[in-house]
Amino acid sequence: MYSQGLQDAKGGQEPEGLLKAFQKRIDNEEKIEPRDWMPEAYRKTLIRQMSQHAHSEIVGQLPEGNWITRAPTLKRKMILLAKVQDEAGHGLYIYSATETLGISRDEMTRQLLSGEAKYSSIFNYPTPSWADMGAIGWLVDGAAIMNQVPLCRASYGPYARSMVRICKEESFHQRQGYDIMTVLARGSRAQKKMAQDALNRFWWPALMMFGPSDKDSTHSAQSMQWKIKRFSNDDLRQKFIDATVPQAEHLGLTIPDKDLKWNEERGHYDFGEIDWQEFIQVIKGNGPCNKQRLAARQKAHDEGEWVRKAAEIYQQNQQDTV
Amino acid sequence: MKKAIKHYLLRLADSSLTQSQRLAEWCGHGPFLEEDIALTNVALDLLGHAKLFYEQAAEISEQDVSADDLAFLRDVDQFRNPILTELPRGDFAYTTLKQYFFDQFNVLLYAELMNSQYQPLAEIAEKALKESRYHLTRSRDWCLRLSLSTAEAKQKIQSALDDLYFYTPELFETDDQLKQLLADNVMPDMQALKQQWQQQVDQLLQQCQLQAPTSGWLATGGLRGEHSEYLGYMLADMQFLQRAYPGCEW
Ligand SMILES: [Fe+2]
Ligand SMILES: [Fe+2]
Repeated sequence: MYSQGLQDAKGGQEPEGLLKAFQKRIDNEEKIEPRDWMPEAYRKTLIRQMSQHAHSEIVGQLPEGNWITRAPTLKRKMILLAKVQDEAGHGLYIYSATETLGISRDEMTRQLLSGEAKYSSIFNYPTPSWADMGAIGWLVDGAAIMNQVPLCRASYGPYARSMVRICKEESFHQRQGYDIMTVLARGSRAQKKMAQDALNRFWWPALMMFGPSDKDSTHSAQSMQWKIKRFSNDDLRQKFIDATVPQAEHLGLTIPDKDLKWNEERGHYDFGEIDWQEFIQVIKGNGPCNKQRLAARQKAHDEGEWVRKAAEIYQQNQQDTV
Repeated sequence: MKKAIKHYLLRLADSSLTQSQRLAEWCGHGPFLEEDIALTNVALDLLGHAKLFYEQAAEISEQDVSADDLAFLRDVDQFRNPILTELPRGDFAYTTLKQYFFDQFNVLLYAELMNSQYQPLAEIAEKALKESRYHLTRSRDWCLRLSLSTAEAKQKIQSALDDLYFYTPELFETDDQLKQLLADNVMPDMQALKQQWQQQVDQLLQQCQLQAPTSGWLATGGLRGEHSEYLGYMLADMQFLQRAYPGCEW
């Protein structure tokens, strides 16, 4: 899944010459690699953004994992299982890429479980219906693609490379989600209702995935200058809406926004006001499933403790006997 | 003969499906990320095997049924898996040992089934064997890791062994239809298979310094559709959508 743009970046006291040379490399589209000199604020911003991104992949396993045992056919079960497994793989690549910045996976896990680190707000919404598997693939992975395709050109080499690999899988995720929606939308009346209901619940939270509006987003400028970010939150959101509205029409589903209208002059869809209060509450921990999601991660972590310990001791014993 | 083959295909399909269903419960909840992914891999492979067996069973079925109908529209008394595979996922030691017993069984079984006179079964077995060998390596390694590391892990896997051991003889159970298939060289002799299996298991338990329990309830009945209380809940969960919205495409 993806990152939500909450990074802050305060410049430290670093030699002017190094800073200038660094910016010049960025301007020349050179990739920054782990051993290269980089400003502390750049490193911090990346650690924050990348670990948020990795956490989102991991917590993102949960809402869909909710339907693995109940998927309606063998084929759907296989696809869903593979998809949720892909998300774990994404988490793994991004954690590894983040470790190159000098933070351990254990420390990142600690930050996630203590609530210090954030993850995408979207995963704090419940998935009470099978159609949510369709809506998530279509909208959430769809929004993730919008966010992540530009990240394939991010200035930090390990991040950019992990995104290239991940984006390929995300487009498969989006297609399978849209496919679920297509079958439901053409199915029985109950199925169609299920699909519409999922769209109603996931539409606005999906739009919030792009982060705060540009006028409230304080850290974007620096990230743009560092080429960690290439498009503003609002631009990406607009792009997502423009791409998604025709898809909803094709499904015969209605997007739950009465202000949604094609604007000939702008060449874009106009859309209604996002409920930013809701967004802030969910980010703060007061979404419908924040507690359950973190509790599930904590439980897996606690119950896995003795297994990790056993694996570690066994490996040590093996090395001692060699 | 067709009827007996279908009966056996369902035995194989139901075993892999129920085992996969339990493993899949770990997805997103594994003890660490790499293992979360690995457990899901095994679940996916087993689901793939189940699908192949169901498809073949559907193909030779007298009624017009699909693989999905067989998986999602039969009730407990029509499932043919041994009780072992429907047991709850338990903790990681329980899952690991259950998986080892099942993998060791499948590797020996599929190696034999590759020579089945029933060609479709031989073909599926060949494919399934490759993946099962990999599963077996993994579950064996984990048995060793858990047994020869910390006291806590050792205690947990010993306790899993105490609980699971007497569910294993059921893997080799046969009935009149299966005996007919043995006579027709469709499937191997389960008693011979059991000996090989026992030898492998004894060897590993010894390496792991684990003690098999000496008595317990000897599980039986899955092949006849007589199951534990767990299967009904598994099916209620797994079959929910197909039951609540009959006749739909998904
Ligand atoms: Fe992802
Ligand atoms: Fe995805």
